[in-house]
Amino acid sequence: MKRRRFLQATASAPALILGGCKAQTITGSIVGGAQRSGHILRQGGPLPTPSRTEKTDVLILGAGIAGLAAARQLNAGKHSNFLVLDLEGQPGGNSQGGSNEVAAYPWGAHYVPLPGPDCREVREFFGEIGLIKGHDAAGRPIYDELSLCADPQERIFIHGQWEEGIVPNVGLTDAELAQFQSFNAEMDHWRTAKGSDGLPAFTLPADRSSRDPDLLALDLQTMGDWMTTKGWTCEPLRWLVDYSCRDDFGGTVDQVSAWAGIHYFASRHSDTANADRETMLTWPEGNAWLVKKLAEHTTDRIRTHTLVLRTTTEGRQVHVDALDVRTGETTRITAKAVVCALPRFIAQRVIGGLQHLPGPLTYSPWIVANLTLDELPPSPGALPAWDSVVYRGPSLGYVNSSHQSLHPVPRRTVITQYDTLCDAPPAKSREWMLTQTHEQWCERVFRSLAAPHPNLRQHTQRLDIWLWGHGMIRPEPGFITGTTRAAMQNYQPPVFFAHSDMSGLSLFEEAYTRGVHAASDLTQWLT
Amino acid sequence: MSDDDSSPTPFANARPWLLLLSVFAIATCGLVYELIAGTLASYLLGDSVTQFSTIIGVYLFAMGVGSYLSRYITGDLISFFIRVEFLIALVGGCSAAFLFLMFGYAASFRIPLYTVVVLIGCLVGMEIPLLLRILEGRFAFKDLVSNVFSFDYIGALLASLLFPLVLVPRLGLVRSAFVFGLINAGVGMLALVMLKHHLKTSGRGLWITGCATSALLVLGIIKADVVTEWGEYAAFPDPVIYAESTPYQRIVLTRRRDDLRLYLNGNLQFSSRDEYRYHEALVHLGLSRLPEARRVLILGGGDGLAAREVLRYPRIESITLVDLDPAMTQLFTTQEMLRQQNASALLSPKVRVENQDAFTWLDTPRGPFDYVIIDFPDPSNFSLGKLYSTTFYQRLAKAMSPNAALVVQSTSPYVARRSFWCVDATLRSCGFQTQPYHALVPSFGEWGFILAARQSMNEEPALPEGLRFVTAEVIRQLLHFPPDMARVDTEINRLNNQALVRYFDEDWAAYLH
Ligand SMILES: Cc1cc2nc3c(=O)[nH]c(=O)nc-3n(C[C@H](O)[C@H](O)[C@H](O)COP(=O)(O)OP(=O)(O)OC[C@H]3O[C@@H](n4cnc5c(N)ncnc54)[C@H](O)[C@@H]3O)c2cc1C
Repeated sequence: MKRRRFLQATASAPALILGGCKAQTITGSIVGGAQRSGHILRQGGPLPTPSRTEKTDVLILGAGIAGLAAARQLNAGKHSNFLVLDLEGQPGGNSQGGSNEVAAYPWGAHYVPLPGPDCREVREFFGEIGLIKGHDAAGRPIYDELSLCADPQERIFIHGQWEEGIVPNVGLTDAELAQFQSFNAEMDHWRTAKGSDGLPAFTLPADRSSRDPDLLALDLQTMGDWMTTKGWTCEPLRWLVDYSCRDDFGGTVDQVSAWAGIHYFASRHSDTANADRETMLTWPEGNAWLVKKLAEHTTDRIRTHTLVLRTTTEGRQVHVDALDVRTGETTRITAKAVVCALPRFIAQRVIGGLQHLPGPLTYSPWIVANLTLDELPPSPGALPAWDSVVYRGPSLGYVNSSHQSLHPVPRRTVITQYDTLCDAPPAKSREWMLTQTHEQWCERVFRSLAAPHPNLRQHTQRLDIWLWGHGMIRPEPGFITGTTRAAMQNYQPPVFFAHSDMSGLSLFEEAYTRGVHAASDLTQWLT
Repeated sequence: MSDDDSSPTPFANARPWLLLLSVFAIATCGLVYELIAGTLASYLLGDSVTQFSTIIGVYLFAMGVGSYLSRYITGDLISFFIRVEFLIALVGGCSAAFLFLMFGYAASFRIPLYTVVVLIGCLVGMEIPLLLRILEGRFAFKDLVSNVFSFDYIGALLASLLFPLVLVPRLGLVRSAFVFGLINAGVGMLALVMLKHHLKTSGRGLWITGCATSALLVLGIIKADVVTEWGEYAAFPDPVIYAESTPYQRIVLTRRRDDLRLYLNGNLQFSSRDEYRYHEALVHLGLSRLPEARRVLILGGGDGLAAREVLRYPRIESITLVDLDPAMTQLFTTQEMLRQQNASALLSPKVRVENQDAFTWLDTPRGPFDYVIIDFPDPSNFSLGKLYSTTFYQRLAKAMSPNAALVVQSTSPYVARRSFWCVDATLRSCGFQTQPYHALVPSFGEWGFILAARQSMNEEPALPEGLRFVTAEVIRQLLHFPPDMARVDTEINRLNNQALVRYFDEDWAAYLH
């Protein structure tokens, strides 16, 4: 026993001396390896030729939320002879999760706000899976409280300590307070306002919002410019709105449109029996919980590790060439119809005969880090919440996967830190991302959380990084109302499209609703 | 042998006062250990007169055994005497620390207690006879006997004065024992110096033993705090007799005379003086009105006191007790004195203990139970607040039979009025009809409970024999709420608003400041 200790000590001594003050390295890796297979498509050059053929009724390309929603919808009808193809090792796309011996945690999407009445399809789904358990006398949905974010939901690190909530309203001057009040009043107004066509000004799904030209005009300027015209220039308010835009769209107030920015604050119309409007639905593994529910009855028809190379339409048939990235074998699958639930920038490459889009698609790069901690290091102020945000911090903060746990003393936990690269043009950022080493990512994560947790490195037992090069579509000015997005809505049977890119807002509700509609359009067309 | 012969009178070169000082020190130490053991026993086991006199009786008897045995010791008397001194230093010096630590772990605390007392008694009993034999020839026999015994008695007098006036208040039991152990070691080493020419060995081994023992005791004096968690003497109104940190909480027991108190994380859980009021109120208001009840679930309540009350009904077939902390249920299952409190309820064949978090335990289908007793700590933090939430009660309802009832300890309706009525509102929102009531528990104050059932319950209670507080008449009074505790409108406590924890915080803060 002692001897072994001594040996260990002497063995590490040279390392200590040689390493000088260099901190010990953290175990972990850069995951999301499917990126590499995606490069096969981008490299150009000849694609592998199929060595086998297969037949099915319907093919769904992509097992993200949209693809899985389509599959679930088809499964409920009579066209249950389908296959879902996805290049990743598990379904879920941007809503995947992971787990280790400590906790389950998200790798991407991690919450859904309570859906309002316009989100009919989503609400119906939530009812079917028991997330909505019933309705009260006033007809308001009653949610399963285990899935409602446990209180306290958010905290913000400001002036050296944590405060409850996410609004940086500590020590505001009267003038700043007045700006907050006027901003909130404006958002309250938009939340209930109707456009000239009688439709809600801002709602989800976004395309159910009013088409009132005065409202759509807001899409032509940036959120930042619009706020300036309104006189909302004080730093704390700018920060809050900027944070929200980066959190939802991966773009700053100066990169996303005012329509999108307002939509974030004004589209939640939920009327819930047992929670207030700001409450989120969340789970330890994030939206991967919803993925599991979505895929519940279709797992046997989901084929992972399968890269879609190209599709060709031949009369009333579609041939899809797909590469099994593990065996290297390519199969030609022939189907009567296809749901393309791929991100649009990929669809443009693989779907044969697709027209060029009139304008560019801008995707924000995201970096997600999962840190396995021996404990969440205590820091001054409010107690741990689900979401912890550092005021004016470089990243978007972290969520704690054991927050929803009922166990009284979780010590070890996994926290998930979100970061989006907005400073450089996305293409540049993507290049830069690939040059960074694991240790450099660790350093970046620790630095961004150093204010509340200076000793985070010492508490970190493992740190894994997922790089989302094309994390989410960015609603830049003009994109929501412009011709590029309009062109994405037009599709011709036998290929149907469903993806959140088509909404310009990368959100669960958008992806789900599009998946359901593609499936019902397809069903109608087939019969 | 030759050494012995060349110097036929040991202590020849020692000054007589040093000798007498040694006798005096030995005597003081001997009595101090006896007093320490007696006091400790009455601290830990209560009932001081009996404890004291049995300890003293056993100790004196062991001393007799020791002096009798001393006749069989021949040969190198001096090194034997020195060894005895070191041994007393070790056993006596560490006795208090050892007994404190054993209290939590020994199934019956009396076994280590009396073992230590007998051991010290025997050793101390040998000291004087050995000394007399060593000194034979140095003094005239009559002087010797008279000197030794007078100093023995003076030492005893000093000890009996020193003990209550200086040692216990200034040093505490644990540290006092270490200090006196050091004195015994000192006597041993003094003998080693003075009698080095009469030793039949080099004395090196004895020196090492002496130094090691002294070092250990000095360490003990410095670290005595760790053993008794010194701070806890200050933090609690009564002497701390047991303290343990488990992964879930800090368990502390205090005792003053017959008042035994349990604290979890510094919060009083019960006082043995009036806990019957609390537990009778908790259990009987509901259970006495459920003639069909057979299966009972207790959540929390690892002290077994609620189980004790449930076992008063012979018709109860099984009790499932779910308490998070195995250390708690273990302590109240095995520790003799605590078992007395709960009448060995946790050893009853009807009782099954599950050490799990109640929320997670209810995740798997359980029951059905006919009566559920919820005795969780007050909702003072978010993890406890979850155990008072709609989700928790809904989960629990699934484990209850159609005619079942549940009762929740719901903090003080007087101090934390909104908290109390928040629990009530939460239960009613889950489809229960409730009957709130309250009882005066002097060590707690005015305390509240809520009885809840899906169906209306029998009106007439059928109470078991032997209750000291609850009667049919008392029940009627307990159901009545005077205006200063009457119902107030509150929010419903949910996982996603933790309304109760927020009320509780504010209510108690307002009361305490
Ligand atoms: C870091 C991050 C955090 C997010 N957080 C949230 C959140 O909290 N709440 C929220 O509502 N939304 C969030 N989002 C948005 C998220 O994108 C949507 O919620 C939703 O998951 C989008 O689903 P989708 O089906 O439209 O797209 P995707 O998830 O992009 O699905 C496309 C699928 O196609 C597969 N695929 C791609 N190319 C190929 C190919 N050639 N062959 C086969 N398969 C292929 C992909 O592997 C993927 O599974 C987040 C996104 C990111 C990146």
